[in-house]
Amino acid sequence: MAKRLAVVDVERCVDCLLCAQACARRFGEGGCARSAIAVRSTGGMERGFVVVVCRACADPPCLHACPVGAIEKAPVGVKVRLERCIGCKACVAACAIGAVQWDEEGGKPVICVHCGLCARFCPYGVLALEEVDGG
Amino acid sequence: MDRLLTRVLRVDLTKKRSWVEERPDLFWERLGGTGAGIELLHELCPTGADPVGPENPVILAVGLLSSLYPLASKTVALFKSPHTGNLGESHCGGRTAFALRLAGYGAVVIDGRSDLPVYLAVHGGKVQFRDARTLWGMASSVTVGRILRDTEPGSGYRTILRIGRAGERGVTYAAVIAETYRHFGRLGLGAVLGSKNLKAIVVSGKGALPVAEVGRYQGLYRKLHERAVRSDLMKKYHNLGTAQNVAPLNEIGALPVKNLQATRYPGEPAFSGEKLAAGYLGRRLACAGCPVACIHLAALREPHPEEPYFYKTTFVSYDHEPLYALGAMLGVEDAPGVLKLIDAVGHVGLDAMTAGVVLAWATEAFAQGLIAETETGGLRPRWGDVAVYREMIRRIADRTTDFYRVLGEGVRAAAERYGGEEFALHFGGNEMPGYHTGPGALLTYLSGARHSHLDSAGYALDQEALRQGTELAPEALARRLVAEEARRQVLSSLVVCFFARGLYDLGTVRECLGALGMERDETTLARLGEEVLRRKHAFKVREGFDLGKISIPERALATPAPGGAVDEAYLRRALGEMNRWLEGRYELEGQD
Repeated sequence: MAKRLAVVDVERCVDCLLCAQACARRFGEGGCARSAIAVRSTGGMERGFVVVVCRACADPPCLHACPVGAIEKAPVGVKVRLERCIGCKACVAACAIGAVQWDEEGGKPVICVHCGLCARFCPYGVLALEEVDGG
Repeated sequence: MDRLLTRVLRVDLTKKRSWVEERPDLFWERLGGTGAGIELLHELCPTGADPVGPENPVILAVGLLSSLYPLASKTVALFKSPHTGNLGESHCGGRTAFALRLAGYGAVVIDGRSDLPVYLAVHGGKVQFRDARTLWGMASSVTVGRILRDTEPGSGYRTILRIGRAGERGVTYAAVIAETYRHFGRLGLGAVLGSKNLKAIVVSGKGALPVAEVGRYQGLYRKLHERAVRSDLMKKYHNLGTAQNVAPLNEIGALPVKNLQATRYPGEPAFSGEKLAAGYLGRRLACAGCPVACIHLAALREPHPEEPYFYKTTFVSYDHEPLYALGAMLGVEDAPGVLKLIDAVGHVGLDAMTAGVVLAWATEAFAQGLIAETETGGLRPRWGDVAVYREMIRRIADRTTDFYRVLGEGVRAAAERYGGEEFALHFGGNEMPGYHTGPGALLTYLSGARHSHLDSAGYALDQEALRQGTELAPEALARRLVAEEARRQVLSSLVVCFFARGLYDLGTVRECLGALGMERDETTLARLGEEVLRRKHAFKVREGFDLGKISIPERALATPAPGGAVDEAYLRRALGEMNRWLEGRYELEGQD
C-alpha cells in the first residue's frame, strides 16, 4: 500500500536535523542543499520546533501552479520532472505550508517523495510513514 | 571531496573587509578543527600579543567530518586567552559547525577592531558588517538573540553567536553564547569579541557536501548511527544529561562543595540529574547532526513579586559543570536557586564555571575578613545566598567598582590582590572544574593544554583506579594522560564531540576518511594527534607558560579526594614526565 510521510509527534523533536541530513544522503551527498524536509524553531528553541515537509495533498496546489506541467501526481504526493522545470518558483509560492524547498545551486524545487528515509534516522519517533487512507 | 572546506574566511574588522584564502594544507594534512586552528594561531597571533588588542585573531574552525557523520557537531575556537595569557581554546555545539560548513567555509578568522559596535552576518558567500550600536549594552544576551532571530534570514540553517555585557566590558572569562543554550564558555572568547567591538556573528548555509564514495559513506553513516543510538552514551546523556554525574560524584565524595572545603552534601543534592528531571525538565535539544540530545532545559516557574497569579517561565540549560560551579561550590541547597544563577550568568554572558569558582573564593575571603563590605559594596556573600550571588554576578559583568573589576579577572588576580591564594582554585589561571576525583583529575587541570577536565579526562582514570583499587606510578599515569589528550586532538580536529570518543576509535576515523576519499592509517592519525598537542604546548611556551613552575592550589591537596589526599611530590613527578614528552624528549610506547 502507498504510504505517506507524516509528522506524528513534533513535541519530541530535538532539532538534531538528522532527517534533513538523511534526505540529502538520498543523492549521495551531505549537507542540506537538496533536503525536502526542514526544521526550524517556533521562535526560540525552548518553545519547540516545526517540521516542514510535503503532506501529500489529494489535490496538490503546487501541481496546479506549475505553468509548464513539470509537476505530476504520483501515487503519493507529486513527482517533479526536473527536465521540464523552468525554475519559476510558482510551486514554492503555491504551497501553503512552505513544503516546497528550493535547491539554490540547481535552481529547482525539492519536494518530498515519501520514501521514509528520514523517518528511519529520526531517533525520537517524530516522523513515520503511514498508510494513505482514501488518497 | 568537499572543495569548500579548505576555504578560510578572513575578516578584518578594522578595515571592514573580508576575503577568502584557500588553505588545503590545514584541512587535508591537519584535518581541520584544532589541528588547523593551532597552525593559524601560530601564524597570525604575534608573540606577546595583547589578548584584547586588535592583533589577537579569533579562529573558528570545523573539520573533515563536520556535518557529515553522527556527533561531528562541534566548532573549535582558538585565540590568545585574556584569562590565562596563553592558549585560548574552546569548543561549542549547537548549530555553529553545521552552519559554517554548509555556508562553505572550513574556518573563519576575525582580527582587527571595529571603530563602532558591529555584528557580522555571513549568509553563504555573502559577508556583511552590520551596525550593532543598538544592541550594544543590552542587559541580556537572550534579547540580542531574539532580535537577530527576527532580523536575519536563514532560520533553520543558521547559528547566532553573541556576547553579553561581560564580553563588552572585558571580563576575562566572558563567554560567547550560541543558540541561547550552548557556549564557547571558557578562557574568555567573549572578552576578545568585545574588545573587537563585535557583538554577534550570524552564519547561515545550506550547501551540499559531495562525498567521494557514496555507497561506502551511506553504509558507514548507518552503522555509526545505529551504534550511537544503541549505546549507553545515548541512554545516559539523553535521559538525564551530564547532570547525571552530580549524584554519583557526591556519593563518592568527589563533588567540590563550598570552595572545596567539602566534597559532598549529606544527602543527594537538590540539583542532581534525577531531581532536576523529575521536577523541572522542560525540553531536550540536540546539536545539529547528533542523535543524543544531551541538552537539558529546565522550566523554571517563578511567581511575580507583586502581581498575584502572574508567573514567569524561564528555560535554563543545565549541565554538570554549571550545577557544580553555581550550585555545589556555592553551597546552594535548592534547585531553583542554582537554576536562577545559571540563568543570570547566561544573560550577562559569563562563563558559568569560572563565575562559580570566583564567587566561592569571594565567599570564603569575606568569611575570613580578607575583604569586607567596603569592597563588596554592602553585599554579604555567604553559602547558599542566591540573591546576593545574583547581584554579584551583575556587578562582575558590569565591572562596577575596582573590587568587581578584579573579580572579573578570576581568582588568580583576586588572590594576588586580596590574599587567600591557598583557597584560590585555579590551574594555570583557569578555574577548577567539577571533579575532585584524585591525582588524574588534578594532573589534567594542571597540564592539559586548556587546563580543562576534557583535555585528558584524568577523572575517568581516577574512577577506574578507585574501582580496581589500584594506583599507578606517577610516570605511568602521566603517560596515559598524555596519550589520551593526544588522541583527543584527532577528534577535536575532525571535529567530533568528545562524548563520541567511544564511537570513533582511530580505525573508525580511518574508515570515515576513506569514504571521503582520504586514506590515512591509524599510525598517521595517532602521530598527528601528538603533533597537534605539542604545537598547542609550543604556543603556550611561546607566550610564557612553564609547566615546571605551575602552582598547585593548596586547597586541592588539603581536601582529600575519594582515594585520599593527593601528594604534591607525586603530582610534580608526573608533571615532569608530561613536560618531557611535550618537549619531545621521548615518544609514547607502541606508537613509534
